[in-house]
Amino acid sequence: MTRKRRSRFDHDVICGLVSKGSSVLDLGCGDGELLIKLIKNKNVQGLGIEKDIDRVAETISNGVPVLHMDLDEGLTGLPDRFFDFVILEKTLQAVKKPLFVLDEMLRVGGWGIVSFPNFGYRQVVDSLVSTGRMPVTSTLPYQWYDTPNIHLFTANDFLDWARKNHVTVEQGLSWVDDAIVTFKEEDSSKASEVLFVVKKM
Amino acid sequence: MDTVGWTVPHRVRLADINNPLPLDCGDRIAPVEVEYEVYGKLNDTRDNAILILHALSGDAHAAGWSAGADELNRPWLKNRPGWWDRMIGPGKAFDTNKYFIICSNILGSCYGTTGPSSINPETGRPYGLKFPVVTVGDWVRLQERLISHLGIKRLRAVAGGSLGGQQALEWALAYPDRVESAVIIASSIRLSAQGLAFNAVARHAIKTDPHFQEGNYYDDAAPDRGLAVARMLGHITYLSEVSMSKKFGRRYCNGDGPGFHLGVDFEVEGYLQHQGNSFVDRFDANSYLYITRAMDYYDAASWGDGDIDQACRRIESRVLLVSFSSDWLYPPEEMKELAIALSRCRKHVSYANIQSSYGHDAFLLEVEKLSQLVRGFLEARDAR
Repeated sequence: MTRKRRSRFDHDVICGLVSKGSSVLDLGCGDGELLIKLIKNKNVQGLGIEKDIDRVAETISNGVPVLHMDLDEGLTGLPDRFFDFVILEKTLQAVKKPLFVLDEMLRVGGWGIVSFPNFGYRQVVDSLVSTGRMPVTSTLPYQWYDTPNIHLFTANDFLDWARKNHVTVEQGLSWVDDAIVTFKEEDSSKASEVLFVVKKM
Repeated sequence: MDTVGWTVPHRVRLADINNPLPLDCGDRIAPVEVEYEVYGKLNDTRDNAILILHALSGDAHAAGWSAGADELNRPWLKNRPGWWDRMIGPGKAFDTNKYFIICSNILGSCYGTTGPSSINPETGRPYGLKFPVVTVGDWVRLQERLISHLGIKRLRAVAGGSLGGQQALEWALAYPDRVESAVIIASSIRLSAQGLAFNAVARHAIKTDPHFQEGNYYDDAAPDRGLAVARMLGHITYLSEVSMSKKFGRRYCNGDGPGFHLGVDFEVEGYLQHQGNSFVDRFDANSYLYITRAMDYYDAASWGDGDIDQACRRIESRVLLVSFSSDWLYPPEEMKELAIALSRCRKHVSYANIQSSYGHDAFLLEVEKLSQLVRGFLEARDAR
């Protein structure tokens, strides 16, 4: 599977993964852009969760239902398996309690779609080693002191977590050289970003 | 020009002997007069009307400057614009260039709609405590008559803060097919035990005032002291610890040391006393008893026999819920509970918690953020 990279390419990928008419929860939904796409193209029942009130206001203006909540406080009150898909798009690395957030995602959702910047990406590792400074790249564009990414981890770290917690990885995608390819563990250092579709066994 | 300008109160009789208003307590009441105001223009399709719901001590005068202050003998209306003037007007969140805004005084109040100070047709004297115990449900049932009287089948929105928010919620539950959107601010499914306790003390202050005379004080001195204490207590619950510290701190009224007397010495005491004293000039103690009681009794879950999910399933409107971080009368967690319940019922609900130090009063003060949310919500077409 290879596709040309476009702006917000990951939105197109996620749109392709979500089934028509399903219910979708987007954790860290930003201004609701992905949910709008899913509602329009896949006729999903969408709900966003966002902790920045300005983004919440934008999501509301976009006509998408959104709850102003902090993921680190959990999704208490939302029933088990309530959503067909729960999306964590480039959000996991920015939460305080990533494992708790993953648990909650898999509790309320059938499928989890998780994307994140891969800290094991060769270019990132090389930059760290050669400069001796925190890498600043297109997928990790922040300085060490102002980054919202407080839990950096690699694709392999994520897979370790999945194995340990009886979570099946149904599908993995890598962003390699501006193209989307099927994720291979042996090539994980070539991926700048990864996306996994996971399910609790 | 960002004001609705001079406003005129309207009166209409919405219940009479032949068509009394049925109440939750089992009684029927007639006649019922309702005072209301309208701003903006009702469009030809009659689908741009927004009903604004006022809180405990509010009135129909939600925006602009009242042209009726003298006629109504309400001099305090001359000093300030309507209670939600910063939210209602041309170009404001409730934009009178687009929407037809309606606000009516609630049943049991003392601002033109029938209440305990109105004449009881059976005795020819003011009702006093013979006035039936009214509920939020009764208020909304009466508002429905007003909306029908104005020829409006379906409201574009219902909106209110505090007790007004509970009326908005009640509208969405009682008349699901007549409300397109509901904006519920600084409110909740039901008042907490702490809230019930504050209301109990407020009523106790009124009822133990020697002038109270079982509510039959209309020919004599009113129970002003009790009502002032009730209002002082109310104001404590409307502010927050932070807002009180910011506003008054421990400052003394005169100079910077203790006056060694037991009168008003701290600024915060002066503030509360002023709020209490000015309130008695403009509010009826019996109305305070009845309205706080309605506030106590309200429980949206009663639409689902105590089950909030079952109640929420009735709702067909889009819903916007807004709470304020420092509100301890209707705390954010309680609003979140409603947001989650509506989400569980797969309703179109959005919830935002505005960071504010103003406490419960924030629904009148945090205008900028609130306007952004309300405007965006009202103008959004469904993404579907």
